[in-house]
Amino acid sequence: MSSVAETAVHEEQHSDVIGAKLGMWLFLFTELLLFGGMFILYAAYRAKHQHEFFLSSAELNMPIGTLNTVLLLTSSLTVALSIEALRRGSLKVSKVFLLATIVMGFGFLVNKFFEWSAKIHHGIYPNSPELLKASAGEQLFFSLYYVMTGLHGLHVLVGVLVLAWIYTLIQKNPIDSRNLIKLENGGLYWHLVDVIWIFLFPLFYLIS
Amino acid sequence: MEQHQAEHSIGYGTYVLVWLGLLVFTGLTVSVSGINLEALTVTVALLIAGFKTFLVMNYFMHLKYEPILFKLMVFLVIITFVIFLSLTFLDVLFR
Repeated sequence: MSSVAETAVHEEQHSDVIGAKLGMWLFLFTELLLFGGMFILYAAYRAKHQHEFFLSSAELNMPIGTLNTVLLLTSSLTVALSIEALRRGSLKVSKVFLLATIVMGFGFLVNKFFEWSAKIHHGIYPNSPELLKASAGEQLFFSLYYVMTGLHGLHVLVGVLVLAWIYTLIQKNPIDSRNLIKLENGGLYWHLVDVIWIFLFPLFYLIS
Repeated sequence: MEQHQAEHSIGYGTYVLVWLGLLVFTGLTVSVSGINLEALTVTVALLIAGFKTFLVMNYFMHLKYEPILFKLMVFLVIITFVIFLSLTFLDVLFR
């Protein structure tokens, strides 16, 4: 009898996987449109202040931006590998890849911290006396830079915390089959954060 | 359902290949930014970013292997974004 019940439960969970993923994608769409609105704002102001945007972009640290791009892309790979390993039942491999993802996400934030600190040290932050003397276009560029990379950084932080939480779930209860869908959805969120950076990087760092 | 599960699994190698592709295109977008292509610069950057997104969504995010509903929804979101972008630019450019 119990095995019949287990099968029923199993089947219910099985069909729920698509529902869980669908819900996650719907959430990701709201995120895409949130950032989308900001990208439209960026595009409109850039069209008006093209030259100032080019000048301001030259002040950003392109090597750090490139390094962070590589970090995020690689962490996207490791989270995908972690999911695949968990699907195949290789618990240890899955955990190693998940841990690597978390470490790289953290590394991204550390780089961002140093990058922002250097900018703030040079007097470039919203409403700073230095920036208020600059042209309207430069003020707009750096305001957008701080808001968009800041909101993105917040997403990276949330992603790191979510993945760390899932890591503890796998650690505590390795045989729980529900871990997989949690990790898959956590991974979807992580990839979305990566996708947003794929656009932020060239639009802010590479236009000079 | 069974079939869905079967085609769901992507090999480790595929992921590594996609990642290598993403790195190559990152290198490309960085080196291309040094060349002055005038108005084309932003177009090239966005085309590369778009292709990278296509790779991430299709393989890393498994969109390629999801039911058609998922793809339709993503399409709808992109269309919505493009409509808002175009309407904004009608205002910005012809004001």
